[in-house]
Amino acid sequence: METHCLKRPTRRQFLSSVAFTILAGNAAPVVARSISGSLPWEARSADPPVQVKPGGWLFFTPEEAQTMEAVADRLVPADDLSLGGKDAGCVLYLDRQLVGSYGTSSRLYTKGPFMPGLATQGYQAPDTPAQRYRSGIAALNAFTRETKGGKRFAELVPADQDAILTDLEAGKITLPNKVDAKSFFNLMLANVMEGFFADPIYGGNKDMASWKMLGFPGARYDYRDHVSKHNQPYPLPPVSIAGSMEWMTR
Amino acid sequence: MTTILPRKDVVIVGLGWTGAILAHELTEDGLDVVAIERGPWRDTATDFNIGYAQDELRYGIRRDLFLQPAVEAMTMRNSTSQTALPMRDYGSFLPGNGVGGAGVHWNGHTWRFWDSDFQIADHLRDRYGAGRIQDLQLQNWGVTGAEMEKSFDRFEYLAGISGKAGNINGQIQEGGNPFEDPRSRDYPLPPLQMTYAPTLFAEVTKSLNLHPFPTPAANLSEDYINPLGIAMGQCTMCGFCERFGCANYSKSSAQTTILPVLMKKKNFEVRTESEVLHVDLDASKKHARGVTYVNTSGEEFFQPADMVLLCAYGLHNVRLMMLSGIGQIYDPNTGEGTVGRNYCYQTNAGAQVFFDDKNFNPFVAAGALGQTVDDYNGDAFDHGPLDFVGGAGINCIPSNGRPIQTRPTPPGTPRWGSDWKKATVKSYKSTLGFSSQGSSYPTRGNYLDLDPTYTDRFGRPLLRFTFDFPDNDIRMSNWVSDRMEDIAKAFGGRQYTNTRRKKGWDSVPYQSTHNTGGAIMGTDPKTSAINKYLQSWDVANVFVIGASAFAHNAGKNPTGTVGALAFHAADAIRQQYLRNPGQPLVSA
Repeated sequence: METHCLKRPTRRQFLSSVAFTILAGNAAPVVARSISGSLPWEARSADPPVQVKPGGWLFFTPEEAQTMEAVADRLVPADDLSLGGKDAGCVLYLDRQLVGSYGTSSRLYTKGPFMPGLATQGYQAPDTPAQRYRSGIAALNAFTRETKGGKRFAELVPADQDAILTDLEAGKITLPNKVDAKSFFNLMLANVMEGFFADPIYGGNKDMASWKMLGFPGARYDYRDHVSKHNQPYPLPPVSIAGSMEWMTR
Repeated sequence: MTTILPRKDVVIVGLGWTGAILAHELTEDGLDVVAIERGPWRDTATDFNIGYAQDELRYGIRRDLFLQPAVEAMTMRNSTSQTALPMRDYGSFLPGNGVGGAGVHWNGHTWRFWDSDFQIADHLRDRYGAGRIQDLQLQNWGVTGAEMEKSFDRFEYLAGISGKAGNINGQIQEGGNPFEDPRSRDYPLPPLQMTYAPTLFAEVTKSLNLHPFPTPAANLSEDYINPLGIAMGQCTMCGFCERFGCANYSKSSAQTTILPVLMKKKNFEVRTESEVLHVDLDASKKHARGVTYVNTSGEEFFQPADMVLLCAYGLHNVRLMMLSGIGQIYDPNTGEGTVGRNYCYQTNAGAQVFFDDKNFNPFVAAGALGQTVDDYNGDAFDHGPLDFVGGAGINCIPSNGRPIQTRPTPPGTPRWGSDWKKATVKSYKSTLGFSSQGSSYPTRGNYLDLDPTYTDRFGRPLLRFTFDFPDNDIRMSNWVSDRMEDIAKAFGGRQYTNTRRKKGWDSVPYQSTHNTGGAIMGTDPKTSAINKYLQSWDVANVFVIGASAFAHNAGKNPTGTVGALAFHAADAIRQQYLRNPGQPLVSA
């Protein structure tokens, strides 16, 4: 095999130097290669994700985190089906996403000119998800302070929180600083659900709570034994990319 | 500064399905071939690793294996009266990136287009009269189904397709698709074992006198050794297929069917992380000298070559032709120019049936594990009394139960809160979905060109889409949706939904990565960019291979026909072109 250029640094090496997990494919530095004469293969060049660990906020201020935890707990409330969005780690997940390529839109097309588009043309504003959370949470708390006797969103009772979220979703609330209520609500909803249902390795879905709730077996990868067992429950509990709790305690 | 490299016999742009097939075929003749690939090298053990391939967030939502808009975006509008804006994130369709291309993360539905597709204009005119298709820009492709049979067969055997023949040499086969064209032999592998939902779909559609059959799948039902001697494994129905690389060597791709042989050849080389900027033409504009590309370090190279094969994703092929001055860009006002003409898409709709007493285990799934009904596809049925042409395959192919994206709930369910959660849990395992994948026929106003405002990271104009679903296709899709409603009712579930296709193509929600046309094959250089051998009418040593060659899109996934066209072009190059290099294979 001929390799005319330096081996690309693996994303694992790159990731180990920073404190977040998700980077888009093109965010890591890569170097052009020429390959001929054999299938190239290098040991340890695979690129597994790194477990998100709790402890401190990397993006959110404490007040922002508190607001988002309150939102996550209303979008995914604790009940007899599962724990709530806050305890599931949805905000930890979101915090780590927002300091990564998702938060900065580094994989997206961000060149101007920025013009208001038609609905069929998708999101056209220059703000990244990180900027939208910063301004959106501030606008939400300014709104509740103004209309709810000086209280922040997290300080409201659940019924009031639900009412505000319902109005945000319907676009019935006008938030300050030109924050589009409906669009900000949809962003929060999508990201909280991602955190709740993604592999726990990303910080949410604690103990695979959502997968147990649904009966989704996670990362098992081989169902040949069960294909012809029509209409019969799948017998095994879920596993995560990181493994299973049972494996760890054994 | 541009570094001039030593000459090669052939330079291939893009190393996906078509690039790998062409590279393999032409290196067999001893040609010295280099492929220039924009994305990274990718292989199963390192990049589709069994330890973490099953990561919905990374691959399904953040789309790690796909082309990122920062690298190349495209602009869109629904009509010329609007201003096109960039799709800042891809949504409606998701182009691939890197070695293997979109063939890495496809589902694996592997169809043959029919003779009534290849000769569509003649076929429909003869059957229904010219008036029926006057609003459409339908054209013959220049080949026949019989001519293409051998190439379809070669692709299916290369890829180890699992399926059941419906017509072998004119004999209808029980359990296969009775509407398909004659094939010379059965599929290389038997159909996949069916999961519950498609089994039920087959029972219900049979009771309605339809003809369900197992969807031809590039997910392997058994272990297989292909004609190149490459071994593949049985599909494990992991439910992580589309948007994911396969860690089991059980989904056909360039990686699993060609590269292990191709990469060992001394007369083949791939250069990755290297983006071709344009094809360089000589002063006559009728001969290509090679390609100019830039690598990720920003170094620019000129690669001289006797032949240039554009084997990128179809949309990129079209843009590269435009950026290189190969042929004339299509103008919808005059109908002149051919590059960008007849862009087509796919006209889809879906239905869901909600049950109280069933468990479909949606996570037990493969990308193409399911059943299809073709009774209402293409021209399989009489359109005489109807007000449209074309049709749709109706597919029950539950490809996954990945919970970030696949959480069906009945209409009226809130999107969050306790009631959302109850309904989600109740419906997750007990919902059956099926969908129509409809044809997309060309019109004068649907086309591709270069955007006047937005540019890529090298300052080159982005590709611009002007597209909306034609009225004919909306009428077709709605008529098929009526048939789907009959099927949905016959399931006898608690309730069903039947979501219809409406005008106003929306670039945001995912629909289909079946973008076709723009550099279409045909019989007339005034209305097609390439001849029946996929050779440019304008620059004879350039071939353009991919779904960009489709003169329209049928109600079928394109990859089977793309693979067949690659073999068809390779045969023409090996058997005809190389005897008289630089000459047109069809006189204009």
